[in-house]
Amino acid sequence: MKKSFLLIAPLFALLVACGGSGSSDSQQEAASQEVPATAEYDPNRGIGPYDDYVFPETPDPELIANGDKIAGSKCRSCHKMTDERLVGPGWKGVTDRHTGAWLMNFITNPDPMIDKDPVLQSQLEICLVRMPNQNVSEDEAKAIVAFMRSNDLTK
Amino acid sequence: MLTTIAAVTLGTLFLGGCKPKTPGSVETGDAASKVYVAPGKYDEFYNILSGGFNGQMSVVGLPSGRVFKIIPVFSVHPENGYGYSEESKPMLNTSNGFVPWDDLHHIALSTTKGEHDGRWAFGNANNTPRVARIDLTTFETAEILEIPNSGGNHSSPFITENTEYLVASSRFSVPIGDDKQRDVPIDTYKENFKGTISFVRIAPEDGALSIAFQLVTPGVNFDLARAGKGKSHGWFFFSTYNTELAHTLLEVNASQKDKDFILAVNWKKAEEYIKAGKGIKVKARYAHNKLEHGTQIAKSTIREEVIQLNIKDFPDIAYFIPCPKSPHGTDVDPTGEYIIGSGKLAAQIPVFSFTKLMKAIENKDFEGKFDGMPVIKYESALHGIVEKPGLGPLHTEFDGKGNAYTSMFVSSEVVKWNIERLEVIDRVPTYYSVGHLMIPGGPTAKPHGKYLVAYNKITKDRYLPTGPELCHSAQLYDISGEKMKLLLDFPTIGEPHYGEALPAALIMKKQVKFYRLEDNTHPYAVKSEEETKIERKGKEVHVYMTSIRSHFGPDNIEGIKIGDEVYFHVTNLEQDWDVPHGFAVKGAKTAELLIMPGVTQTLKWVPERVGVFPFYCTDFCSALHQEMQGYIRVSPAGSNVSLKYSLGN
Repeated sequence: MKKSFLLIAPLFALLVACGGSGSSDSQQEAASQEVPATAEYDPNRGIGPYDDYVFPETPDPELIANGDKIAGSKCRSCHKMTDERLVGPGWKGVTDRHTGAWLMNFITNPDPMIDKDPVLQSQLEICLVRMPNQNVSEDEAKAIVAFMRSNDLTK
Repeated sequence: MLTTIAAVTLGTLFLGGCKPKTPGSVETGDAASKVYVAPGKYDEFYNILSGGFNGQMSVVGLPSGRVFKIIPVFSVHPENGYGYSEESKPMLNTSNGFVPWDDLHHIALSTTKGEHDGRWAFGNANNTPRVARIDLTTFETAEILEIPNSGGNHSSPFITENTEYLVASSRFSVPIGDDKQRDVPIDTYKENFKGTISFVRIAPEDGALSIAFQLVTPGVNFDLARAGKGKSHGWFFFSTYNTELAHTLLEVNASQKDKDFILAVNWKKAEEYIKAGKGIKVKARYAHNKLEHGTQIAKSTIREEVIQLNIKDFPDIAYFIPCPKSPHGTDVDPTGEYIIGSGKLAAQIPVFSFTKLMKAIENKDFEGKFDGMPVIKYESALHGIVEKPGLGPLHTEFDGKGNAYTSMFVSSEVVKWNIERLEVIDRVPTYYSVGHLMIPGGPTAKPHGKYLVAYNKITKDRYLPTGPELCHSAQLYDISGEKMKLLLDFPTIGEPHYGEALPAALIMKKQVKFYRLEDNTHPYAVKSEEETKIERKGKEVHVYMTSIRSHFGPDNIEGIKIGDEVYFHVTNLEQDWDVPHGFAVKGAKTAELLIMPGVTQTLKWVPERVGVFPFYCTDFCSALHQEMQGYIRVSPAGSNVSLKYSLGN
């Protein structure tokens, strides 16, 4: 909470400063004060339509197989199933590190989250490639997440 | 105040019949702000502009004059592999085989009820007669249709009010028929050479092109054309020159008569004759090339028949209207009532009335015959004449407020005049030698007005010089007031002949951002890295490859031998906007590929030397773009290096 506030405040100051010649100190201050309320970022949820998505309790083999297939086409060029980094981080443990809602939001809405999420920001410093928006639909995302979960549950 | 004086002085120079001696000045102090589109803001209009001898179209924003894209149409484009990739080569196939270049002059934007609908842009190829359809959701060439029995397809691709047809008519008449009929002495022009006007049907649902019928005409040169609209819908008007039927030194021999003709064609009537089975099926040979949706592969089909009507045999479908002198443009005003002939060698602009023309036809008010067909009495079809508008009138567009704007090639100016009253209202200089001019929506039933663009042939002393060849240019004028005001002057790509412009809002929301991988039905597509592979079929080696930020899969290939033909089928796995990947191999004698997200493109590569050849991505794709590379090893013919491929260790 505090961290994101600190990150965003200078950004706004910058925007105001670039906005024109007449920006006064009081305007900058007003802008910074308004930030936390509007730009609140929940690192457990991310940004997107999913609030409380939970991993399915009982594995659905059909869904998992479908997720495997979609991941093959849209994800596995960059992500390994182990914890080894390829272009992006390995998937092993990803469902223990993040909530279902966070994963659903990130897979379907990567760009705004890369801009805001502290974990993603630090990963970008290592990977240097922003995760592409692969236009994953809601159903596809659910299948991918189910597949990720089954990968983590497999010892 | 000073600028007013400058304008007056220029105007005076003009009336004196002189070309302006100085580069001239922008005439209004606030011109810059009117064409300034701030960073991050959008232009108001898309201008689809012909590139002339580059065979392409340019996409330009107005009022800024910024170029956004070059669309390859009739010419190969190594920049993105058009005409080099296996998928796009068939698009340039013709009855003469693969033709890598043409000369694209005119643009027509599809209309419904005479108004822009933002579906397609059409263009013509002059040299090897063809017409093309560009999809305005992808800005890619979707279809090319060759026009048989034609030469110099200049009078094209003008369209009817609801995009029912586009026309393609012969500037160069040729002998038509079988081999024997076509192999004739050139000096038998008058008896053996024929003009043709092809009516190309445009399927309303998907824009698919087909030749509905061809009108066979005397061997005049068709120059330009416009369809009727509103009350004159159902008619088409074609300007003609060389009604002398000369076949040599046309500069002199085709400029003998005081009047040539505008040919008025009742195409609804012709359509009825075709439906009634009056057309004659004749053998022809022409290519029809179409991009398939799922595979993104162009397929070329050779067609072998057209249906013809000789206008001589159907006297009620075609009427010749005399028009002074070698008319160039024949332009129909937004109401459909007035047809403006621009006699390029006459110092006047005749304006014909559709109502009077219909009356003259009804009363058989004819002044003679041309090749056995009726010639309407000049005065009977004439609304009136704009006297001494300037020198060398070429083209006319409209603002929808009762005014016409005509380009004057010889006197380098645009003249605004009132159609009803036939009075000149204003004139502005162009720099120099204006050809076509364009008002957004100018040829439609509902012009958008606001701006006028003049497309100039000569730019001597206008820009920093670049050796013997100088750019052509466009000049943007504000036409919102009584007086035209020059706002901007910008160089163009190739030679701009005609262009059209439409409001950005009509098409910008419909843009395709990427092709869905699920819809990719290319036979060599691979949808994941796990499916990548290499297949050898004798000397043919097929590499099923993927690209994604920022690597190719596979990126190490061995076992290629001299004598092999390697086909790289690269599928771009990206599913995001603005992420094409390039693909280039050292020594390729073709070009690169520029592969849009979700698409598969194929580069054929025939190695002739032993060694290890790098390939790489040419379009900056990510921070690790510079790492997006691979190697392919080529061994001598007969070597026993086995075929293998890999990605990562």
